[in-house]
Amino acid sequence: MIINIARKELKSLFASPMGWVVLALLQFVFGTFFLIGMDQYFQTMSGMIRPEERLGVTQFVGQNVFSIASFVMLFAVPLLSMRLISDERRQQTLTFLFSAPLSLTDIVVGKFLGLVGFLSIVLLFMGAMLMSLGLWSEIDYGYILANILGLWLLVASFSALGIYVSSLTHQPVVAGIITFVLLFALLILDRFFAGDPSSTINYLSLMRHFEAFSRGLLDTRDLVYFFLFIVTFLTLTVRRLDADRLRG
Amino acid sequence: MTDIITVEATDLTRIYGGREAVSHVSFSLKKGEVLGFLGPNGAGKSTTMKMLTGNLAPSTGTVKICGIDMLENPKEAKALIGFLPEQPPLYRELTVNEFLTIAARLHRVSRGHIKAAVERAKERCGLTEMGKRLIENLSKGYQQRVGIAQAIIHNPMVVILDEPTVGLDPIQIRDIRALIKELGGEHSVILSTHILPEVEMVCDHVQIIHKGQLVFNGSIDVLKQQRKGNRLLLGLGQAPAQEQLLQIPGVERIESLDNGLLRIHHTAGQSPAQRLVEASVAGQWGMYQISPDQTTLEEVFVQLTFQEAA
Repeated sequence: MIINIARKELKSLFASPMGWVVLALLQFVFGTFFLIGMDQYFQTMSGMIRPEERLGVTQFVGQNVFSIASFVMLFAVPLLSMRLISDERRQQTLTFLFSAPLSLTDIVVGKFLGLVGFLSIVLLFMGAMLMSLGLWSEIDYGYILANILGLWLLVASFSALGIYVSSLTHQPVVAGIITFVLLFALLILDRFFAGDPSSTINYLSLMRHFEAFSRGLLDTRDLVYFFLFIVTFLTLTVRRLDADRLRG
Repeated sequence: MTDIITVEATDLTRIYGGREAVSHVSFSLKKGEVLGFLGPNGAGKSTTMKMLTGNLAPSTGTVKICGIDMLENPKEAKALIGFLPEQPPLYRELTVNEFLTIAARLHRVSRGHIKAAVERAKERCGLTEMGKRLIENLSKGYQQRVGIAQAIIHNPMVVILDEPTVGLDPIQIRDIRALIKELGGEHSVILSTHILPEVEMVCDHVQIIHKGQLVFNGSIDVLKQQRKGNRLLLGLGQAPAQEQLLQIPGVERIESLDNGLLRIHHTAGQSPAQRLVEASVAGQWGMYQISPDQTTLEEVFVQLTFQEAA
């Protein structure tokens, strides 16, 4: 059942130009940064003579692409997530889902998976693009996979928050803007408290947890953080929809 | 008809901010029956329907669909219901086929039967030609039909339609009414409407709801009986003295109406029509009209809802 909701969401995304345009634009941006990265690599490395100054091509190009990816997703995810529930509410199609033999969890998780599925396509292309470096040189696959996993968890967390905000309002645009502001705040949270590295608030920053992955490091604490983040917001969304049923 | 009870609502109450939108509504519906829900705007029809379909939790009371409790086993109960809300819930960016396929999938139609179910629903609602069109581009009437198709696609035990004929042209309305009658054969149907003759045409049972309370609940025949009354309208060219008419057996009272007609109140069950015609011919009264005087359903409706207000 969850899978059917996810399929419905994907179908809706690709039934309008929205899905295709976002997919194309994201690929264009990542492709451009990939090319620039390659270009710069040859320029920079030709100047480095001593071996210890040299940086692997995977890390050099990868950093270029992944750092822009987390930034671009900050804009892309709210654009995609804002419609998920608010638009259904505005078009009064939520009744359709509520009347079907589905639990609220099915609906919310299905929608979440639909969006994450779409974003996975984006990440898949990005991964394939970076792996194509392997055709000409030896690359660090582990580094790429860790980054992709980190990015995937990051956008999944963005999506979970986006869905929750979308469930709060009837207006997709309002949902989009609020999601963006919240995500932005969460990302740069650690900048505000940079003076106190042990601060708990610091620990809430999404970017801080993403950084470990971007160094190619898999830390279970970060995995758990993202997992809890996603579960929390999906649960809140279910509760919000349940309130619709109870309060009308 | 089998006596399986498909819908059982007990003591349904819904409170919105201290005001009872629906209060203590109880009824049951058997398989194969069509129930009409009547009531003025804001009477609580839609609220009741939302509670029946699990879109809204009742403040108190229970809903059972084929014996399955809506609050305890919502998934199982919802699987037996097809619901068309007031505003048909349509994904405008999809085509009719795509939308109905999704509806079938979500309502647990098995994979192999989805195609057949979509075709059948389209055929029943007169959408066969529209399969590849975007819902967005369909007229209001066709969108309404897609809404109905979506509600019946999984062959549910109970079909609940909230004002299904709104926005349709007269021919479409006739088709939809025929469809509702057809559905009544194998499913139970609950529909709400403002249009009174519609109720008379398609429903077996009628409920009139007013200010959240059930003011009438019974078979359509009871309502029809109520509207027939024991009256005749009589038009005479040369009317004799009223005493002469009163002598005819069965005639109890006579009223003169403004338009020159006479309203004859007669004893229940024995219409003096035949005797009146015979007397008219014998006495050369010049009869030009005789007909039963029916109160319209509207009057009954107004009476029932008005009484409650008084």
